Amino acid sequence: MTMAADEAPVIQLSAVGYTYSGPPPVQALKPTDLVIRRGEHVAIMGPSGSGKSTLLNLLGLLDRPTEGRLEIDGIDLGRASERDRAAVRARHIGFVFQSFHLLSHRSAIENVMLAQVYADMPRRRRYGEAMSALGGVGLAARAHALPTELSGGERQRVAIARALVNRPSLLLCDEPTGNLDTAATGELTDLLGALHSQGATLVVITHNPVVAARAQRQVRIRDGLLSEQGPARPDDTQPLEDPLEDPLDDTLGGDTQWRHGDPGAPDGEEAEGSHALPFG
Amino acid sequence: MRSRSASHRAAGRRGRAVTSASRFRLADLASEAMAGLLQRPGRSALTVLGTIAGIGGFVAIVALSQTAAGQIGKDFNVQDATQVTVNDTGARGGSAHPTMDFPMDADALADRIRGVVAAGVWWQVQAGGLQVSALPPSAGGTKIGLPVTAASPGALVASGAQLSAGVLFNQFHEATAQNVAVLGKSAAAQLGISSLVNEPAVFIGGQPFTVVGILSGDPRLPQLNLGVTVPESTALKLWGLPPSYVPAQMLIHTRLGAAQVVAEQAAVALRPDDPKLLTATAPVNQAQLKKSVTASLNTVFLALAGVALIIGAVGIANTTLVAVLERSGEIGLRRALGARPRHIAIQFLAESTALGLFGGLVGACIGVLVAIAVTIAEHWTALLDDRIVLAAPLAGAVIGLLAGLYPALRASAIEPADALRR
Repeated sequence: MTMAADEAPVIQLSAVGYTYSGPPPVQALKPTDLVIRRGEHVAIMGPSGSGKSTLLNLLGLLDRPTEGRLEIDGIDLGRASERDRAAVRARHIGFVFQSFHLLSHRSAIENVMLAQVYADMPRRRRYGEAMSALGGVGLAARAHALPTELSGGERQRVAIARALVNRPSLLLCDEPTGNLDTAATGELTDLLGALHSQGATLVVITHNPVVAARAQRQVRIRDGLLSEQGPARPDDTQPLEDPLEDPLDDTLGGDTQWRHGDPGAPDGEEAEGSHALPFG
Repeated sequence: MRSRSASHRAAGRRGRAVTSASRFRLADLASEAMAGLLQRPGRSALTVLGTIAGIGGFVAIVALSQTAAGQIGKDFNVQDATQVTVNDTGARGGSAHPTMDFPMDADALADRIRGVVAAGVWWQVQAGGLQVSALPPSAGGTKIGLPVTAASPGALVASGAQLSAGVLFNQFHEATAQNVAVLGKSAAAQLGISSLVNEPAVFIGGQPFTVVGILSGDPRLPQLNLGVTVPESTALKLWGLPPSYVPAQMLIHTRLGAAQVVAEQAAVALRPDDPKLLTATAPVNQAQLKKSVTASLNTVFLALAGVALIIGAVGIANTTLVAVLERSGEIGLRRALGARPRHIAIQFLAESTALGLFGGLVGACIGVLVAIAVTIAEHWTALLDDRIVLAAPLAGAVIGLLAGLYPALRASAIEPADALRR
C-alpha cells in the first residue's frame, strides 16, 4: 500500500492506559503508544490476562481508556460521547469474534444485513451490498443458509462479510480462528491475507502463530505492556511459542504454555521498547 | 478469493470528522422487534395469555354492564317513572259483591302527599262496556259497544289527558253527579262527533250525556281514548259500585323521582284506618337497578380482570427480562455494530409493547365475543361503546410498554465488552 505520508493513522494511541478501579485498582494496560497505519496487517499476541482483551476493547471502542489519547481515523475518541463512539463503531470498525456471534435464527445474509441497520444504509441498497460482501468471502451461494447449516469456517466468513459490509477503515479480529480446525484456520488466514493485499487495515488478536505469521507486524502484550517486533517472516514466528503447541489447542493450552514454556521471556519493564525478546 | 470490492471497501478512507450518528430507523425497529418475538413464537404466545385474559375480561365486563344498563334504559321513560298505581286489595280479595275501599275524598287525600301532581280514582263501569249511540234510542241511532270509564276529575288530570275540543269535567260535575262525558279520540270518530259546536249528546245505556270534551292524545289510561269517560259520582248513581272483578284503582302522577316515596305513603294517607285494604305499586327504581347491576358485575369481575392484567404485565416483564439475559451476546454484538444504549433499550421496549398490543387485540376480540354470546343467551340487545374496544389494544400496548421498562433499562446497561466475551 502506498499512502500519503500526511494521512492520519487508522489507530493512534498516545500514552493510553487502562486501570480497573479497585479495590484494589489493577493496571490492565500500562501507558502505551501504538500507531497502526492504513493498510497495515498487525497481529497482537499475548497470553490471557496480559491486557489483550483490554487493548481490544479500547481499540474497538467498547471501553474507554482511563488515561492517554486514543484516535481512530484522526478522531479523538477516548473521551468522545457514546453517540460518536457508536457512530464510529458502525461505520469505521468491523468486528470479527472468536465465537462468530451470528444470530442463529437468521440466514447468512440476514446476519450481514444486521450491520447495515445501525450504519443507516438505505434499506433498498442493503440486500445488494450484503450479497456483494458475501461474494467477497466466497459465500454468495450460501447466502440463505442458517448458521447451523454452515461449517465453522463458513460461519467466520459470514462474520467477516458482516464486518466488511459497511466498508470500515479497520477490521478488528479477536481470535478469529479460535474455534476453527486446522483446515478452516488455513482458509481464513488466506482470506485475511487476501483482504490485506487488497488494502484492508487488519488488527488480529491471536494465539495462533500461523495466523500471526501472516501479519506484517507483530505486537506482543504481556502484563499490560506492549512490545513491538519488526515485520516477521513466517519462519521467524515459529519459535514464538512452544514449538509443540497445536494451533487447535491455543485457546485451551496456549496461555499456560506461554508462561511455563518460555521461562526466558523478559519481564515487562525490560521488554518495554527494547524489542529484546528471545526470538526477536 | 473474489474480494473484488473489499479493496476499496476496507482501504483508503481518509479520516473524517465524526461521522453522522448511528441510527435505528422505525422500520428497522419494527422488523427487529418482530424478529425478536418470532424467534420464540411459543414463548411469546404463552407470555401474552395473561394480557389476553385481563384485557378480554375488562372488555367483556364493560360491554356487559353497558348492555345491561342499556337494557334498563330501553324500558325507562319519564311517564312510567312518575306513575304510581294504587289497587283495591279489599275488593279484589274479598267477596263477589261490589266493593269500594277508596274514600269519597280520595283525590283530595292523595293530593296532600308531598310529590303528587295529580291523583284520582277510576274504574271500568262494566267489563263488556255499554251500548253508546249519538242519537236518542227513540230516534233509532246506531248503538256501538264502547268501554265506559268512571273517573274522578283528578284521575283525568293524572292520566295526562289532552283535549282536541272542549274541557275536562271538573269538581262541579263530580260533586253534582252531572250527566257529562268526555269522548276518547277513537270513540268520537266512531260516533261521528268531531266538534262541540252544537253541544252534542251521547246516550250511554239509554241515559243522555252532554259531551264536554274530546281527547286528542294518548293518555296513560288507553281505555279513556277508546271509550267514554263519565264522572265517578254519576257512574255510582247510575250503575253502582265497581264490580269486584275489575275494582277501582287510583292513578297518581308524581313529580320525577318522587314515585317511590309517594307509593310508600299512599295507602296510609288514603285509608289511615285500614291501610292494608290498599296497595300501591311504584315503577322499578331505575337508578337503583342500574347501580346494582353494574356494581355487582364491577366489583367481582373487574377485580379478577385486574389480577389477570397484573399477571399479564408481570409475565411480559419476566419474559422480556429472560430474553435480555439470554440475548446478552446479541446485545453486545449490536453495540459493536454501532447500536447506542438507547437503541438497545427501545428494541426491547418495542418487543414488550408489541406483546402487550397483541394481547390487547386478541383480548378485545375475545371480550367482545363473550359479551355478544352472553347477550344472545339473555336475549338482550348488545350495546358496546366502540371507544372501549379501540382503547383495549392501546391499554395492552401501554401495559407492555410499562412491563418492558425495567428489562429495557437492564439491556441498555449491559457492557458490550462483557457480553461479547460469553
